[in-house]
Amino acid sequence: MKVRAQVGMVMNLDKCIGCHTCSVTCKQVWTNRPGTEYVWFNNVETKPGLGYPRRWEDNQKWQGGWKLDRRGRLRLRAGGQLRKLLTIFWNPDLPTIDDYYEPWTYDYHTLIDAPLSERDPVARPQSQLTGRRMDVKWGPNWDDMLAGAPETASQDPDLAGLQEQVKLTYERTFMFYLPRICEHCLNPSCVASCPSGAMYKREEDGIVLVDQEKCRGWRFCVSGCPYKKVYFNHHTGKAEKCTLCYPRIELGLPTVCSETCVGRIRYLGLLLYDADRVREAASEPDEKNLLDAQLSVFLDPADPSVQRQARADGIPDDWIEYAQRSPVYALAHRWRVALPLHPEYRTLPMVWYVPPLSPVVNALEGDGYEADPDQLFPAIDAMRIPLDYLANILAAGDREVVRQALRRLAGMRGYMRKLEVLGVRDQQAAAAASLEPSEIEAMYRLLAVAKYEDRYVVPQAHSEQAQRLAELPGSCGLDFDGGPGNCGALPRPAQGINEAFMVHNRKAGGHRFVPLPVVGSEPGQGR
Amino acid sequence: MTLWEALLFVALPYASITLFVAGHIWRYRHDKFGWTSRSTQLLERRWLAWGSNLFHYGALAAIGGHVVGLLIPEQLTHAVGISEGAYHLFAAAAGTVAGLACVAGFVILVGRRAYFPRIRRTTTWTDVMVYLVLAGIIVLGLIETIGFNTLGSGYNYRPTIGVWFRSLLWLHPEPQLIAGAPLVYQLHATLPWILYAVWPFSRLVHAWSLPWQYVGRPNILYRRRYGLARR
Ligand code: HEM
Ligand code: SF4
Ligand code: SF4
Repeated sequence: MKVRAQVGMVMNLDKCIGCHTCSVTCKQVWTNRPGTEYVWFNNVETKPGLGYPRRWEDNQKWQGGWKLDRRGRLRLRAGGQLRKLLTIFWNPDLPTIDDYYEPWTYDYHTLIDAPLSERDPVARPQSQLTGRRMDVKWGPNWDDMLAGAPETASQDPDLAGLQEQVKLTYERTFMFYLPRICEHCLNPSCVASCPSGAMYKREEDGIVLVDQEKCRGWRFCVSGCPYKKVYFNHHTGKAEKCTLCYPRIELGLPTVCSETCVGRIRYLGLLLYDADRVREAASEPDEKNLLDAQLSVFLDPADPSVQRQARADGIPDDWIEYAQRSPVYALAHRWRVALPLHPEYRTLPMVWYVPPLSPVVNALEGDGYEADPDQLFPAIDAMRIPLDYLANILAAGDREVVRQALRRLAGMRGYMRKLEVLGVRDQQAAAAASLEPSEIEAMYRLLAVAKYEDRYVVPQAHSEQAQRLAELPGSCGLDFDGGPGNCGALPRPAQGINEAFMVHNRKAGGHRFVPLPVVGSEPGQGR
Repeated sequence: MTLWEALLFVALPYASITLFVAGHIWRYRHDKFGWTSRSTQLLERRWLAWGSNLFHYGALAAIGGHVVGLLIPEQLTHAVGISEGAYHLFAAAAGTVAGLACVAGFVILVGRRAYFPRIRRTTTWTDVMVYLVLAGIIVLGLIETIGFNTLGSGYNYRPTIGVWFRSLLWLHPEPQLIAGAPLVYQLHATLPWILYAVWPFSRLVHAWSLPWQYVGRPNILYRRRYGLARR
């Protein structure tokens, strides 16, 4: 057993209102630069829909992620190392920018410089790739709220095989939002796809990053990620990706997308996992067992033997304590209401989702408090959002897993209704949700009323251990020409000060971090 | 030895080698961030499929042929039993295939750069310089391979240009050897020194980064940010 810590995220899809605040604030901070106009580290998709880039989930086409070969060994779907070297001059699996969208701006100066006239001046769209006038035909979120769905939604890869069940007629439509960031996977295929060894996973917190000085622009990570969450900066010729806002995480602050989330749908917390068992879990033969396999890699932070090993592996005591309060561990492992996005890609993703329940409840509840599990449970199967559709997204097609999670959530609602309105602790409802009443109430608090400190349980990095090394030359990988900056040494703010967001504080103190040396790889993580 | 010969066949090569070496050291130390293939596949993929593959495979094969032709003395190939005729036949055939692939690829790449506004916007002045010099080298090389060796009676450059090239490496330059070669050969042997001089300052540095270390490497790489105590 080798214990490592990972900052994970859970998003409660029931509460996402599709406002895109997360996307916009993320873009302002990270991808507001030449070459990244088309890049959204955080984007919010409407499901059913094509997504961004279009049909990214179709990995028959893009060849992202892992597969098992005939002998059951884990292999990059796009092919092995030799194949990569032979196709290095042209990557057969790379999306083009039109699969995302052609970024544009407007010729605003026609508004500002317009002389006094009868008619209002108009700003027309202008391509950010060529500077020429263009017709906007697709965007990062073109099919928002089912716009154009009659034409496009049926091409959603998750609807494959469900055409009979899903009638996209007006009366029977359904939709929900799917906010997406990089999954900071336990078994990241982007890292494995990078021939230069520029991509790496951080041992301390599991964040997956691109070393901007080692990246040589071979662009295999872009196609290798099954979630299409590595992007090619066409201005610098280097790959970039979501950083999980590590300069903030290191200060114990939530990511920008979490901090600004209007629906308060996001949770951040630590997970302890056994790094020695990652590969084994990702090699689980039956796709439908991948969820259990991944759960079995997580370690119980309350278990004294785990704690002992964690300490031996250099995890600080306060981190072990934070792991025990992790909302992510609770939602994913203790209550099993959060599920991984497309576990069948075998990257062991670390951003999990609580499936949406609202349409059922809304339909049934009408006017009051009779959300009775006896009515709700059958309704889950008849839900407008077909179970099979959710299962294709969150459970490798295993509808039972989604049904269990939804039953728990529905049971929780029924139980809490009775408690709030009638003042009774309904043991039967609790039993139906197969949880103790105290557990149900804890889950309810976390999902419904949790405050900032309960949703974001992120320990500060132990940067004092870095100060010793800070005199050495090097770079943190953000402070490049045209990069977002932020290579200052980390000050430790007083507890409770949350404003210390440092991205604008470039080169503070003149310290530069050491280039991160490759410290090794998993035993058994060979080819 | 005329002044021109001294300049073109002795001074230029040494100046170029100096720039080449010093330039790479400088670039590696000061601009690792700029060290990339500057791929444009994101912006256009169909032309690139043909252009990049034909050009690179053609160019690498041609470079391989040059290494054999220039660095390995004629006596050595004779000693292992390859006659001048056989060598010539092989070099002309392989050289023609590689050269044609390289030219076709190059034409597609340059055409693509000119035709697509998206790509044109990514082109720098250094790129233009590199394309001009490369175009010169490739065209001259083709005239030699196809014009002289495949269609014509052939010119055996190995006892003249080959020896001159090695004489530069031994620091005993013998420019008179190349002075007698046909003009096309002289030009083709001179232009590359200009390419080497711009090489470290251009996108061509990507050629040194062929990631051969990838083969046999473990899949997942980890790095540690803080020097935590570990077992
Ligand atoms: C063996 C090592 C080499 C590798 C791995 C390699 C790889 C690449 C890659 C990946 C690209 C970007 C293609 C794209 O746009 O996606 C590229 C472009 C280019 N390479 Fe190479 N290359 C190598 C050697 C060379 C050599 C020896 C030359 C020239 C003598 C060369 C000249 C070029 C040029 C001119 C381009 C720009 C093509 C364009 O976009 O117009 N490369 N190379
Ligand atoms: S989701 Fe993130 S960590 Fe996982 S493969 Fe893609 S880029 Fe890598
Ligand atoms: S900010 Fe929150 S609620 Fe709004 S779209 Fe993003 S995840 Fe959904």
